[in-house]
Amino acid sequence: MRYVSVFLCGLLFGIGLIVSGMADPANVIGFLDLAGLWNPQLAMVMGGAVAVSLVGFALARRRTRPLLEGSEGAMHWPTATAIDRRLIGGSVLFGIGWGLAGFCPGPALVGVGLGSGDAVVFTVAMLAGMLLHRAVAHRV
Amino acid sequence: MSIDWNHFSAVHGLAGGALIGLASVLLILFHGRIAGISGILGGLIGGLLGGGSKPETLWRLAFVLGLLYAPLLYRRWDVVGPIHVEAGTGTLVAAGLLVGFGTRLAGGCTSGHGVCGLSRLSLRSLAAVAAFMGAGFVTVGVFRHLIA
Repeated sequence: MRYVSVFLCGLLFGIGLIVSGMADPANVIGFLDLAGLWNPQLAMVMGGAVAVSLVGFALARRRTRPLLEGSEGAMHWPTATAIDRRLIGGSVLFGIGWGLAGFCPGPALVGVGLGSGDAVVFTVAMLAGMLLHRAVAHRV
Repeated sequence: MSIDWNHFSAVHGLAGGALIGLASVLLILFHGRIAGISGILGGLIGGLLGGGSKPETLWRLAFVLGLLYAPLLYRRWDVVGPIHVEAGTGTLVAAGLLVGFGTRLAGGCTSGHGVCGLSRLSLRSLAAVAAFMGAGFVTVGVFRHLIA
């Protein structure tokens, strides 16, 4: 039951990415290309998502336990608040990669589901990048 | 600045965004977890390599399977894709490495810092979004207009 529900959350998230057009890197690049023909769609997607989540997260904040995790379940809210070198440096590296290909992690996985060879290449490299971080995390 | 009206659809953007937001809300409300895709993938890799408990690995796997299955289900109702990728193989590999490494170093991506972080009113996430969007704008500007 728990895993079916999580699966459905992932499914809904993916359907949202498809409906929003963000599964297509061309729309992402279109947003990031301020000097070219600009496509503001990504801003609409973020706006729509944050509008819903602002309300939903405020409701979730009041809970001490999630609804489907039993009496052992906990709310795993992020606790980090530091704005440091890792946060900014990592985000800049991410942004460069995002601008180069037009993929971020969610759309890349949807692209793999679509059977896109380009998305598969990107995703394998992305997983390798995550493994690399795991290997050197104590040093960066 | 000129707007690309041929590809811009505010309705699809807002509706799809609302579904993404709803999925994030359901995940925290029902399961107490943040829908950050890079964090989920990073945790899944760690779990498969032998760290973390079985339930910790399995919920992440379930979420990823849902994302992968989304286009297959959506295809029954409507046309999906094709998606348009300009980058060649070498660029895709470099971009993938940067996105994988960078998101783990920063502790989040467009979903975790973007959607969820901004909705939690986290200053840390706002700084991350400013940094990756800024870097994205500059990167596309440089590669499309300066050296292309």
